[in-house]
Amino acid sequence: MKKNILGILGLFIFIFGFTAVSNENFLSAYNLQNLVKWSSLYAIMGIGVAFVIITGGIDLSIGSVIGLVASLMALMVRSEWNPTVAVLVLIALSVGIGLVHGLLVTKMKLQPFVVTLCGLLFYRGISRWTTDNQSMGYGDTETLNSFFSGKMAIGSFGLPAPFFFLVVVAILAGIFLNRTIWGRYLLALGNNEEGARYSGIGTDRLKITAYVICSFLAGLSGLLFAYELDSVQPAQTGEFYELYAIAAAVLGGCSLRGGQGTILGVIIAAAVIRLLRNSINLLGISTHLEYAIIGMVILCGVAADEIIKRVMARRRTAQVTSAKK
Amino acid sequence: MGDTQTPLLEVTALEKQFPGVRALHNVDLTLNRDEVLAVVGENGAGKSTLMKILAGVHTSDAGTIRIEGKETVIHSVRDAQAQGIALIHQELNLAGNLDIAANIFLGNEPHTAGFIDRGRIHAEAAGHLKRVGLNFPTDTLVADLTIGHQQLVEIAKALSVDARIIIMDEPTSSLSQTETENLFKVVHDLRSQGISIIYISHRLGEVMVLADRVVVLRDGENAGELADNQISHNAMVKLMVGRDLSQFYQRNATEPGSVVIEAENLRTPAHPRSGLSFSVREGEIVGVAGLVGAGRTELLQTLFGVTPAVGGTLKIDGKVIHPRTPLEAIQSGIVLAPEDRKQHGLILEMSVRENASLPRLRMDQKAGAIDFSAEIEVAAGMVEKMDIKTPGLEQVVQYLSGGNQQKMVLGKWLAMKPRLLLLDEPTRGIDVGSKQEIYRLMEELAAGGVAIMFVSSEMEEVLGMADRALVMHEGVITGELNRDQLSEEAVMQLATGNKAAA
Repeated sequence: MKKNILGILGLFIFIFGFTAVSNENFLSAYNLQNLVKWSSLYAIMGIGVAFVIITGGIDLSIGSVIGLVASLMALMVRSEWNPTVAVLVLIALSVGIGLVHGLLVTKMKLQPFVVTLCGLLFYRGISRWTTDNQSMGYGDTETLNSFFSGKMAIGSFGLPAPFFFLVVVAILAGIFLNRTIWGRYLLALGNNEEGARYSGIGTDRLKITAYVICSFLAGLSGLLFAYELDSVQPAQTGEFYELYAIAAAVLGGCSLRGGQGTILGVIIAAAVIRLLRNSINLLGISTHLEYAIIGMVILCGVAADEIIKRVMARRRTAQVTSAKK
Repeated sequence: MGDTQTPLLEVTALEKQFPGVRALHNVDLTLNRDEVLAVVGENGAGKSTLMKILAGVHTSDAGTIRIEGKETVIHSVRDAQAQGIALIHQELNLAGNLDIAANIFLGNEPHTAGFIDRGRIHAEAAGHLKRVGLNFPTDTLVADLTIGHQQLVEIAKALSVDARIIIMDEPTSSLSQTETENLFKVVHDLRSQGISIIYISHRLGEVMVLADRVVVLRDGENAGELADNQISHNAMVKLMVGRDLSQFYQRNATEPGSVVIEAENLRTPAHPRSGLSFSVREGEIVGVAGLVGAGRTELLQTLFGVTPAVGGTLKIDGKVIHPRTPLEAIQSGIVLAPEDRKQHGLILEMSVRENASLPRLRMDQKAGAIDFSAEIEVAAGMVEKMDIKTPGLEQVVQYLSGGNQQKMVLGKWLAMKPRLLLLDEPTRGIDVGSKQEIYRLMEELAAGGVAIMFVSSEMEEVLGMADRALVMHEGVITGELNRDQLSEEAVMQLATGNKAAA
């Protein structure tokens, strides 16, 4: 598991170093602030979907939940809701969405891919319908603006608000996954759901929890993105973000077969994906190639991971065998 | 070709290693022409591995295979087929949605430019069916046939590729009495048609009827061989376990205590129309015997809350319970070591430590936080108490041997201090040494007042370990045998639904 993080960390340092040497603007405060901000936003989504992926499931609806939350927030601001109430209502809505996904997957035994694919379509449709597909802004609610997209100055460097959200989310998620019995249960059920059930683990409840965490973090991301972009296009905001989230989780060491994943790995992987985009820009590589490069890097990363795992498994088998003789 | 001295098949010094287990070591085997050779051995003796190597499912690490004196390499099922070797698996490999003829020629369809030659396959299939004595139209759907008839289709399939050696792996494990007798007849017919049979079975009674010669394996090595006139039940068992039976199963039944579990008209979802009634007392070891598919596993799963009961009552220590999930069963003191250790018993990719503590985590938690020192203590204690051979607590259990894995499963439940221990095929796929340890453990637990129910397809195990046996047939308990009534014949009579004999 730790070897996993080393690989992705190495990749991060390599791209970081290479870009820093090649382009002096890379290390400017402005660029780094942006990088930290966007990496944090991606990482929060990635951590959410990592929980679902660890159970062996998938959530394709993240981008649409982000779009829905951002759209509804804009509507609520326009209707002059109390900002705190609006935020709480939207968080509750996100949790509710996760709950419904979880119930459909566990109690109705529908496939996660299907449930969340329908969610992807449904929430996007609702965003467009409720807003009449009009772009909207968020006015100037001072408190929310600084809460979700402010900066905290550390010397000349301004740490963006999403970074602090990420720190809190990451610490809580890390503790949950590694230090609590539920985290252990989650890993166990991801590896072998029946085996976990036979060991007296309430697997359904845990799976539902994973979907709730995922949608909750998607909702939170929705608010962060809304205030970051300061406007919402109901048809586009958050589009494809689930794929970045899934990519971050997978590149960060989560197996789509379930049972594996680390929070730190996901965070670094999210940073790698943002860093790649940043480097492509700064190094003057055609931006048309952006997707192709990101796709190739993720593929290579995952393939390298698989090869390392196989070599280690073989070595372990050899050890066990020689120990017996 | 005409040389009848050269054996048809000659295997020498075969070796096979799996991760963590040496499955075969220096194994020799010869098969003569027109011979029915039985290969017997306890669970985990290496019979299945040997047969899978011959059939090309596995490849050996070392050793030679000669067919009619000529050294042959078998790397795939196709290689084996080309040499005329066919394996009839215990679980049949037929496509139920296709008809008999299509199944017989699956993968070998005679065709013109990709179009299957229907006329030919039906005509040829009919010929093969005749050889195995199956009188069904060749366009019958396989799903509509009984297991016994499906097995004959498998044999016909082997004949269609000109098999000279047919290996049958536990062919009777789910057959009724008449189907079994019919299969014996087919085996004899095939032999007289010049086909040699390797027959694998747990049922020594069958082996005595069928076999011309018996080869015994034990812990992946040759344990001995018996010629036609030497074949007897005792001789086989002695070779199988490597010592006298009386030393192998050391069951010293004591006077049982109060009733622990009592089922009245308990109905499982698998057989909702038959009510099961029985009870097990403190310190009692009760065997549950029957054919594969008789509903034994389903009974244990219902007691353990995996598939909740659909009717009847269940009492533990006099208190009515309705376990709806394994968690509820565990909380009532019922635990299950399941038949499929790898799927249900353990989380293979997790470590010894994590597996050992899994059911106990809940009890040692502090506000949801794992108590890591308690966890290590539990795991270390278990490794020591159960004598689990592992390089360390962080070893992934996947790499432990079958015997040690089973000890892990038992160990994690014993740490929960159960009232009723359910064991489903507790010794499947493990070596004789571990087996004996598991029997010793059962004995020890029973002496400590735990009630034990175990399902076993190994007749010797039921006869050796059970104080009492419940025999099931098609979801119904057809009879109950006390220790002095227990015999292979009595069990088989009840297991095949022959109530009158009991």
